[in-house]
Amino acid sequence: MHGQTTPLYINLLIFMLAVFLGLGLIRRVSKLLHTPLMSLTNAISSVSVVAALIVMAEPKNRMIMIFATIAVALAATNVISGFMITERILRMFRKDQGGDAK
Amino acid sequence: MIAHIVGYLYLLAAVLFILSLKWMGEVKTSRHGNWAGSLGMLIAVIATMIAYKTQHLDLVLIAIAVGTLIGIPIALKLPMTAVPQRTAMSHAFGSLAVALVGTAEYYQRLPGIDTFTMVVLAAEMLLGYLTFTGSTIAFLKLQEMISGKPLVYKGRNIVSGLVVAVALGAAIGLVINPTNPYFLPVLVAAALLFGFLLVMGIGGADMPTVIAILNSYAGLSAAALGFVLDNQLLIVAGTLDGASGFILAILMCKAMNRSFTNVLFGGFGATTSSQGAAVSGEIRPLTVEEAYLILEAASSVVFVPGYGLAVSQAQQAVRELGDLLRKNGAEVLYGIHPVAGRMPGHMNVLLAEANVSYDELMEADAVNPKMPNIDVCVVIGANDVVNPAAREDPSSPLWGMPIIEVDKSRTVIVLKRSMRPGFAGVENPLFFKQNTRMLFGDAKASIQALIAEFSQE
Repeated sequence: MHGQTTPLYINLLIFMLAVFLGLGLIRRVSKLLHTPLMSLTNAISSVSVVAALIVMAEPKNRMIMIFATIAVALAATNVISGFMITERILRMFRKDQGGDAK
Repeated sequence: MIAHIVGYLYLLAAVLFILSLKWMGEVKTSRHGNWAGSLGMLIAVIATMIAYKTQHLDLVLIAIAVGTLIGIPIALKLPMTAVPQRTAMSHAFGSLAVALVGTAEYYQRLPGIDTFTMVVLAAEMLLGYLTFTGSTIAFLKLQEMISGKPLVYKGRNIVSGLVVAVALGAAIGLVINPTNPYFLPVLVAAALLFGFLLVMGIGGADMPTVIAILNSYAGLSAAALGFVLDNQLLIVAGTLDGASGFILAILMCKAMNRSFTNVLFGGFGATTSSQGAAVSGEIRPLTVEEAYLILEAASSVVFVPGYGLAVSQAQQAVRELGDLLRKNGAEVLYGIHPVAGRMPGHMNVLLAEANVSYDELMEADAVNPKMPNIDVCVVIGANDVVNPAAREDPSSPLWGMPIIEVDKSRTVIVLKRSMRPGFAGVENPLFFKQNTRMLFGDAKASIQALIAEFSQE
């Protein structure tokens, strides 16, 4: 898993496919949900916590370790608050089940 | 062997992230989407901890505990009106995390960094650090800890241009000579300064676009980090986030009839020489009793909320008034403009919080054709998004912007604190129209007074 093993063109291919997939998926998201969409994608992109963990595996010196530790804490904050607040927002969206709801 | 298992777990996480966004498309499946995303994240983290046995498990656990302790209270206690601030803050956190990992990775590999890795690392750090200060300023502005007005001074674009040039110069220097100890600090400082200048120059009404752009940057820098670490999961997740911010930014720009560059470098209102044709005429104020009589007789009412709704926390009161009107036999709808509020979808969330059924929340395109048959439009703390100058006055900075055409309804009641123009600083001829009545005062207090009138029945 360590080091550069995948050829660049494979990673670029993955990137390109993700661009088209992302544009296609997001375009379909209802305007109602743009706020929770933002908190969700924010939590998902905090998968950078993985990158911080990888760097923390074998840090060469103390400074690298400190940077990576702070990064883990920041990304973990985003992951936890991001998914939880998305859940809280989504729970509020409801539709009146027929007729007059008070 | 273990490397393969971890690879497949990453694949599973990527699939879950994609499903998460797919299910986020509509309200019915959206909560599944959130769960799929959470599960994907859990799998990714566990897989990583198995694959890369850390020498510092204690530090990892402490960092995760700290993140959890900060994250949970934010998620549980945050008022819905403060969601834009939280979003800006999470962009700041996310981009700083990515930038710090990029910096750490630079020093980790230092003597032997190949050119490609250095190019990507430099781009990643530029984006990461500028998004960090930019989002921090956005947070401070939204939290009203600093003035929300755009900071405009002579030669602003020249100063910003110079800072960008320094940042790019340092980045090129790093690519040519990665071991030079001075280029990196210069790059970091210039990127931080540029992010600061960029968002200081932006006014409150442009925040939805800016937040979306910063969202996009934060995602792209995470994707770049994926290239550096040869981690495809990071490439996919970062790119999805980047694409999401990009689409939202485009939608926001379209909703304001402006271009990206205009938002970022325009300093709207403050630099535009034209404020539109001066409007004059008679303002027709009205009392709560008169407003009550108009609403009482109405058979169709559309509420049009803006940022003022969030400021005065009037969403609950608005829903109560809506319920009373419906009991009274009127059809009640809500007209939501995409850039009303301070982030994409802001108004929908506030009204959902107040238990408004989401099928009553209508987009501009859906509600505008109904306008000629609507008896009363109630404008609550919205200004530019209902400004008919966008249709009538080619000299107005709002010219061409799609608006909610409340002026076409039979009667418009505008709830407003005073005659101050909107955030764009543009005169609003709506207030002088024949069919417009102004109800001055705090929006929430006015609506509660109207509710009291209805209850006296």
